[in-house]
Amino acid sequence: MSVLHNPETINICNNCAACIKSCPYNALNKNYDKVIWNKNACRNCDKCLKVCPSNSSPKTRAMSVEDVVREINKVKAFISGITVSGGECTLQHEFVTALFKEVKKMGLTTFLDTNGFIPLWDKKELICVMDMAMIDVKSYDLKEHIWLTGKGNKNVLENVRYLSSIKKLYEVRTVIVPEILDNYYNVDKINKLIVSLNQDIRYKIIKYRPLGVRTELLESCVPSDEMMNELLKIANKNGCKNVIVV
Amino acid sequence: MSKALNIIKDRALTYRQKVINLAREAENSINVLNINKEVQEYRDEGIICDLFEGNAPYRPRYIVPDYEKFMENGSEFLGLNPPKNIWEAVNNLLILYKHVPSITSFPVYIGNIDYLLEPFINDEEEAYKAIKIFLTHIDRTITDSFCHGNIGPEETKAGRLILRAEKELQNSIPNITLKYSTATSDDFALEAINTALVIAKPSFANHEMFKEEFGEKYGIVSCYNGLPIGGGSYTLVRLNLAGLAKKAKDEEDFLNNVLPDAVKRMISYIDERVRFLVDESGFFESSFLVSEGLICRDNFTAMFGMFGLAECVNHFINSERQVDRFGHSVRANDLGHTIISSLEKEVNKYNNPYCKFSEGKYLLHAQVGIDTDYCISPGCRIPIGEEPEIHEHIIQAARFHKFFPSGVGDIFNFDSTVKNNPQYILDIIKGAFSHKMRYFSLYSTDCDVIRITGYLVKRSEMEKLDSGKQVLRDTVILGLGAVKNSRILERKVRKND
Repeated sequence: MSVLHNPETINICNNCAACIKSCPYNALNKNYDKVIWNKNACRNCDKCLKVCPSNSSPKTRAMSVEDVVREINKVKAFISGITVSGGECTLQHEFVTALFKEVKKMGLTTFLDTNGFIPLWDKKELICVMDMAMIDVKSYDLKEHIWLTGKGNKNVLENVRYLSSIKKLYEVRTVIVPEILDNYYNVDKINKLIVSLNQDIRYKIIKYRPLGVRTELLESCVPSDEMMNELLKIANKNGCKNVIVV
Repeated sequence: MSKALNIIKDRALTYRQKVINLAREAENSINVLNINKEVQEYRDEGIICDLFEGNAPYRPRYIVPDYEKFMENGSEFLGLNPPKNIWEAVNNLLILYKHVPSITSFPVYIGNIDYLLEPFINDEEEAYKAIKIFLTHIDRTITDSFCHGNIGPEETKAGRLILRAEKELQNSIPNITLKYSTATSDDFALEAINTALVIAKPSFANHEMFKEEFGEKYGIVSCYNGLPIGGGSYTLVRLNLAGLAKKAKDEEDFLNNVLPDAVKRMISYIDERVRFLVDESGFFESSFLVSEGLICRDNFTAMFGMFGLAECVNHFINSERQVDRFGHSVRANDLGHTIISSLEKEVNKYNNPYCKFSEGKYLLHAQVGIDTDYCISPGCRIPIGEEPEIHEHIIQAARFHKFFPSGVGDIFNFDSTVKNNPQYILDIIKGAFSHKMRYFSLYSTDCDVIRITGYLVKRSEMEKLDSGKQVLRDTVILGLGAVKNSRILERKVRKND
């Protein structure tokens, strides 16, 4: 089981209905074999997510590319582009490719927010309609990465190199989790990798915040400003020109 | 005379505030206007309100001097030569500001300050010092937030220095507007947004829209009022649509009878105020601003204000369900549009020969309310607490903006995390202006300086006043009242998520 944030985005709901009783607002019901979520009744208390035995969420609805485009059209005048995130959006790369094709026609930019686990270098059709990507590099150390996510980081680092080589890497991010990860090592190594590729790529160092996280599995705290400043100094010293701390 | 004595003994008023209040008291001790019974009835009921202009108009409410002309010519009356360097430039302006009258006795317009100072900028660091002194002087002596400076549309060195200084000084005065158009560089606009996220100014004016109506020579004055340079507005009287709605049997009665009748009463009152000011007060025959050509009666108009459209519409919609109400349902929004269209049509039926600039017409103004308004929304705004998502909000609001050349605007409160991404806001402003929104104000949740309804006040000063202490700036009093009566601090927070 992953200890990472937003565990409800890992699996698709299997309609087991375990969540229905947990809802204090009667926003969940079963219709035939399906769990039905009533968006208007929902108050986003997230009790359903806490009781879900399969890392999933009942608060979803199926949308076609046309449905998403209709939503984008409503805000089109007020944005310069869209970013697709997740969950992990590259798990649905065919959908994302179809969506990006339509969005490009609208004159908007297309950004991808990914954990970098799925290889992108062989998704030529997607890459063609994607303007830029942001990648999470959670850990530079293979073992630590496996411990944290259940997967290795080889593809992640390869994606970083690949996207940089085609000038489509907008940002790399690392979340700082005190007591749990080797944060100084990670920031230093990941940052050196970026600088070796292109020192103008933005590197974002993100404070861990225990929101949407299974805190029983991850005992950490919000990193101090001092710690974040020290990490910023490391990145600056490495020659990275565009570092931000959030 | 007990009121005057109360002013004299009031420990929460500064000396200057006492003098101004005593002058107001003296003006209000005489009755020189011919006010008919119908007008007086609506004044007593709070449906017609002149916003404390006083009983005997002896100066226009909004004066928009031609400061360019002043910089070119100096002033004979003030004994000032045209400035030769940045220090003389800021000094001359600061002197003139003290002689520009208004209802508050403080100038409501201080010029396109970047363009005025740009010719004098040689050494940028010296100019920065001068600009900081200039802005600080304004904040501490023009102690009234309706004082308004403009910058743009084009980027200048002076414009950049003004933004930099504002960010550093964090003053609530002057109010500032960036006249924004395609001639404004993205870089300058982003700097303006970064500044606004710290001190709630500048606001953004849709320059193309104003230019179409006024030509290049217009100023944004007081809260957000568009008015011609070298002129201004004699008066502003407002109509309370929320109160007026209750007089009608139904929508039809409102549109066909009650509204036209109220407009007639409003016009009669505005006409009378203009008549006294122009024909009797002697202002235009005696002010050096007129004799030196800094203002001219031909460039004056007057403003027909309105407020409480949301409550007016909701009165007829009569539903507590959010989806049915003003700002949300097509029916409510369309009814609002019908009401404002009718209002415009009615107002345009009248003609006042003293409003030469606007061809005899009074200009519509979406008035932002006063501190004592209780649960009535400014102009055509959606009530605080009922705001839809920002894109829906903008599209809804923009429908009304075209009716109000002399001022209308909406305010958006952004979460402080947006500071990392000012482009997000610039995209929104560009979208808003492409939808013909006229005026866009923003601030951030963590600003000390916040926009109350049209003017700026510091939260820290309101707290000081609330504990019974004196404050330098008179608008803090208005701000505190508005916070208590109009949920100003509860505006919807906009996030980029």
